Amino acid sequence: MISVIIFAGTELLPGDVAQSILGQSATPEAVQNLRLEMGLDKPAITRYFSWLVNIFQGDLGTSLSSGRAISDMIGDRFSNTLFLAASAAIVAVPLAIFLGLIAVLHRDGIIDKFISITTLSMISLPEFFIGYLLILFIAVDLNWLPSSSIIYDSMSFGEQLKAIALPCITLTLVVLAHMMRMTRAAILNVMSSPYIETAQLKGLSSFKIIFHHAFPNAISPIITVVVLNLAYLVVGVVVVEIIFVYPGMGQLLVDHVTNRDIPVVQAVGLIFAAIYILLNVFADVMAIIANPRLRHPK
Amino acid sequence: MSQKLEQLAAQAANGNLNRRDFMRRAGAIGIALPFAGALFSPSAMADTPKKGGTLVLGLAGGATTDSLDPALALAQVAGMILSAWGNTLVAIAAEDGSAQPELAESWEATPDAKSWTFNIRQGVKFHNGQEMTAEDVAKTLQRHSGEETKSAALGIMRGIESVTATDKYKVVIQLKSGNADLPYLMTDYHLVIQPNGGMDNPTAAIGTGPYKLDTNEPGVRFLGKKFADHWDKNAGHFDAVEIRVLNDQTARMAALRSGQVNAANLLDPKTAKLMSRLPNITIENTPGKAHYLFLMHTDKAPFDNKELRKAMKYAINREEMVERILHGYGSVGNDIPINKAYSLFSDDIEQIKYDPAKAAEHYKKSGHTGPVTLDVSDVAFPGAVDAALLYQQQAKKAGIDLQINRLPSDGYWSNVWNKKPFCASYTGGRATQDLHYSIFYSSTADWNDTKWKRPEFDELLTQAQVELDTAKRTALYRKMAVMLQDDGGAIIPMFNDYIDGLTGNVKGFVKHPLGSMSNNKIISKCWLA
Repeated sequence: MISVIIFAGTELLPGDVAQSILGQSATPEAVQNLRLEMGLDKPAITRYFSWLVNIFQGDLGTSLSSGRAISDMIGDRFSNTLFLAASAAIVAVPLAIFLGLIAVLHRDGIIDKFISITTLSMISLPEFFIGYLLILFIAVDLNWLPSSSIIYDSMSFGEQLKAIALPCITLTLVVLAHMMRMTRAAILNVMSSPYIETAQLKGLSSFKIIFHHAFPNAISPIITVVVLNLAYLVVGVVVVEIIFVYPGMGQLLVDHVTNRDIPVVQAVGLIFAAIYILLNVFADVMAIIANPRLRHPK
Repeated sequence: MSQKLEQLAAQAANGNLNRRDFMRRAGAIGIALPFAGALFSPSAMADTPKKGGTLVLGLAGGATTDSLDPALALAQVAGMILSAWGNTLVAIAAEDGSAQPELAESWEATPDAKSWTFNIRQGVKFHNGQEMTAEDVAKTLQRHSGEETKSAALGIMRGIESVTATDKYKVVIQLKSGNADLPYLMTDYHLVIQPNGGMDNPTAAIGTGPYKLDTNEPGVRFLGKKFADHWDKNAGHFDAVEIRVLNDQTARMAALRSGQVNAANLLDPKTAKLMSRLPNITIENTPGKAHYLFLMHTDKAPFDNKELRKAMKYAINREEMVERILHGYGSVGNDIPINKAYSLFSDDIEQIKYDPAKAAEHYKKSGHTGPVTLDVSDVAFPGAVDAALLYQQQAKKAGIDLQINRLPSDGYWSNVWNKKPFCASYTGGRATQDLHYSIFYSSTADWNDTKWKRPEFDELLTQAQVELDTAKRTALYRKMAVMLQDDGGAIIPMFNDYIDGLTGNVKGFVKHPLGSMSNNKIISKCWLA
């Protein structure tokens, strides 16, 4: 199903691949030759099925513009994207859950309000705006961190971390609110149950109640929202990658959309879709594991 | 007078004037040329190059799809990489646009300009240690001119009949018909000399240039390390050069401002103006050959009507375009694709001026009624939509109803350009007038994007091709330019400057009319203070 949507979507893009590859200065004969060479003269249905068959055989095809195998091109880019997403996740997930717990602890107090207002205003700003603000203040004015995040193999791990610091912060700010609010809501939901009241009457400290008694029971909606945000970190970073010139999948996608290099766009689209689905499945599995009632059905 | 001269010398010393401008202005206040030249040299040339350091460039114009094969090089990043590891036979001098020896030490032609002999420099080493010979040169040229070649230089190599190495340091190029411009064609950046012409391994990036390939990640980064045996001891002062692909405008500016890169290209005119006030940034704007156009198809209604074309030409205010769209970083066009950056240009051709009354008169004569539609997108050139809207206002004063059809950048070059009868476009310069006219304005041109076909024009073009007398050639080109200005379908409101930004510690930058970043020679000629 997704493959059909991706294929149809790329077919609908205006402009001709051959023309885009050869550029503004192409001669009509050259364009025609290239079209024939790429099989663009065949009907879309035929091309769709041959594409699908190849994909199931693990062959993503070759790029139209550079002639390189797509799997080679994606390899490095994909690990870069995962690196950025993982770094952002390592910062964002614990931070969001921690802030959520703090917010519950001081609910409706000034700290809770402050946490909610800051994180919610961050999610309300588009990520490119946050990115540009960070570039302006942290990179240009203060010169603490680099504004462009080009990373390469010969860099040490520390240098790589420094290079990706700004996009990492941007992503963290974007996903923080969603996870934090969900943690807060889920725990508050549990907090109104009778057993929490019992715990309170037992005289336990509120931190202990939240952490030991409420949190484990609230974990499954939290996992769902965390994983959803992880998926967003991987597939939604296109804009952030462009702003920070980060050599990941998003940049690859945009480069090839501009060149009308359809096979690459299709392959990247499929990979993104697959990640999304896999992470959702993972979320369901985790939710089941976290919930004894689902683990031991009658 | 002497006060003025001192002022000029001071400007030159600060690097605000290049040699060419200095000579011209000094000439204008009555200094004899040899004297002016002497004045220029001690002040501006006093700085001696310092060796060492790493030059980091942040450039737009690179993609993950880039190849290291010179034949497939496109856009500035690929051009800069070629300039790092390779050399061409001939180079263009920044000062006067003349052809200068590079890997060829000298050349001569037969009187009919059909057969050319190039004497190759001796003792030049490739990065792999081999000595460059005439055989390598011949093979390189053959690879770019063969029938089945995919080389982007094919357009200029088409006239070549054969290339032969006659001895170890001599190459003879035989042309199908005479061409007085051949040395200029050899300056094309694709034509870097490779061992065995790159026939075995075109993407090896082994050449004679000042920097050896160290790392190349297409669309991301290129790192070149100094090649110790480079033949030109006055080039390649850095220990290493790094090119970072920064296609995003804001990322490029931010990297320059924060000092992450030493130089950035393609600055936006509006921001360049603001950045020029920063203390540690120098903005280098270079008047060049690139220009913006509005193209009318002269074979389609309503633009097959010469009176209407004239009306449209008088209805545009070129000065205002330069001021508002280019923010002053450019010069006024004259509906001729050639300007003083080309050799053999006559600058006495009358300038077309904005004249609503005249435009209205021609419009009336054309008999055209109803709106005229202009297709435009910002991909045509930066600020194209704004320029079109400005044009609309200007044409209104002449009673012409210009309708702007704003289009997305996606597919503009395949669906609009060369298809719609009136649209916006841009063009970079070509090495010579002959080349530019042959590619865009002769009847048989591949990219005749105004569909302007005039046998008389073609005839003059062929005549000029074999004319070795420069005065006569200049006169022929002048005649062609006047014809085009009067009758052609291209409205050329402005020539845009190349705008580069440098940090203060980059020294030795020379403006080169052929391209941005000193025509990509920044890596071989500049140094860090």
